[in-house]
Amino acid sequence: MKIEFEHHQAAHCESGVTSNLLRISSQGKITEPIAFGIGAGLFFAYIPLMKINNGPAIAFRTLPGHIFNRTCQSLGISVIRKKFRSPAKAESFLRESLNNGHAVGCQVGVYYLPYFPKEYRFHFNAHNIVVYGREEDNYLVSDPIMESTNILDSYQLERVRFAKGALAPRGHLYFPEHGPAISDEQIKHAIKSGIKKNVRNMLGIPFSFAGVKGIKATGNRIKKWPNKLGLQKAGSYLAQMVRMQEEIGTGGGGFRYIYAAFLQEADAWLPGKGLAAVSRMFTQAGDLWRTAAVQASGIYKGRIGSQQDFDVMGNYLVEIAELEKEAFLVLKKIKW
Amino acid sequence: MKKDEVPQDLSSLGKITQEICYATDSSGKYVTALSSGWEVKIKALDVAWADIEKRIESAKQQVLNKQASPLLFFMEYRLMDISILADYTGFWKWQIKRHLKPKVFHQLPAKKLEKYAAAFNIKVKDLKNMIINED
Repeated sequence: MKIEFEHHQAAHCESGVTSNLLRISSQGKITEPIAFGIGAGLFFAYIPLMKINNGPAIAFRTLPGHIFNRTCQSLGISVIRKKFRSPAKAESFLRESLNNGHAVGCQVGVYYLPYFPKEYRFHFNAHNIVVYGREEDNYLVSDPIMESTNILDSYQLERVRFAKGALAPRGHLYFPEHGPAISDEQIKHAIKSGIKKNVRNMLGIPFSFAGVKGIKATGNRIKKWPNKLGLQKAGSYLAQMVRMQEEIGTGGGGFRYIYAAFLQEADAWLPGKGLAAVSRMFTQAGDLWRTAAVQASGIYKGRIGSQQDFDVMGNYLVEIAELEKEAFLVLKKIKW
Repeated sequence: MKKDEVPQDLSSLGKITQEICYATDSSGKYVTALSSGWEVKIKALDVAWADIEKRIESAKQQVLNKQASPLLFFMEYRLMDISILADYTGFWKWQIKRHLKPKVFHQLPAKKLEKYAAAFNIKVKDLKNMIINED
């Protein structure tokens, strides 16, 4: 059976996969920013006591899997998702789904992903790709962050689907079931619910390390880094933060630009709610995150590094926290 | 970010694929733009790799000084920590900590060494002698 699927490059893997898997049933209306927004993708957390690659664990987006799930759930689309103990069963289920005409989303680790450049291969297990066909032993792969499609043989695919470590994919695959076309009403409803959910995530989580409070706390923490860690390690920590914020898969500015793009598109779906103005606030937030990244790079390049430079760095985050808090409060007060 | 400000500093990824950024055009409308990289994050990645190289080098010294077994070297070389290695091999973390001692490591049976070699994607012989044979 021929699978209907078009590869479109995206900024972020999971919202890209979600948008690509829903492209046909939504006639292209579920763009990447819309998927990101409905999936309430924007987040911030500095997870205490956890280390990634010997550096701080900082996230700018929600947990892996949430964007696809939430988007489908809000749109009333039923979803097939499975994890596996056995690689053989994982492959046979994948083949069966492909034979039934489904393009299939797969969570993979990037350490053994052959088409990634070596410099980008870390033990990062929350990457997402679409498998949209098979020719003999080769699988046709659409990786949304790549310009064109790729081919993985069954061994290579198994290795990335069964990568180990934190957030191990365990063969995790998912796809929307075939159903009726997605209506405009469904999309409008889903946009509202996505925004509400994101407001709760950024304003309502009672822990000091997550949401807008987390941004502020991290800013204040950064000011203490030179004393606590020494200049060298403080620089490495900042470099890691910048990578989580700007590296491939974020769309720039710690996902704030994608979210701003979402609100702008949402304004066209739901005019008169002032979403375009909030979109501009998130553009401003994204710009500030990037200004902060430039300051950070001055430190990890060794160009600057005084306590005052760290204070400036930390204060950027405090300022961002205020700005994003204000933006989410505007969203919270919207009467739908 | 404005579309004409999207950075184009060639990164190692940029040689393989450009990446999509969301940026605003002259009327303030969001569009996608391709970027071949940004100097700020290229440098951030360089810092990460310089740290890794340093850890690999220090692990190598510790092995040569008989303070650690070759496991430590290959863990650093493969960017693994004990819990990732535990997941790949099926050993408990405390077992791996024991195997990091040279004395214990050199008495390991072939079967266990093979598990480690498979996790690091190398040969047992190279594991014992701390030899890199690829990439």
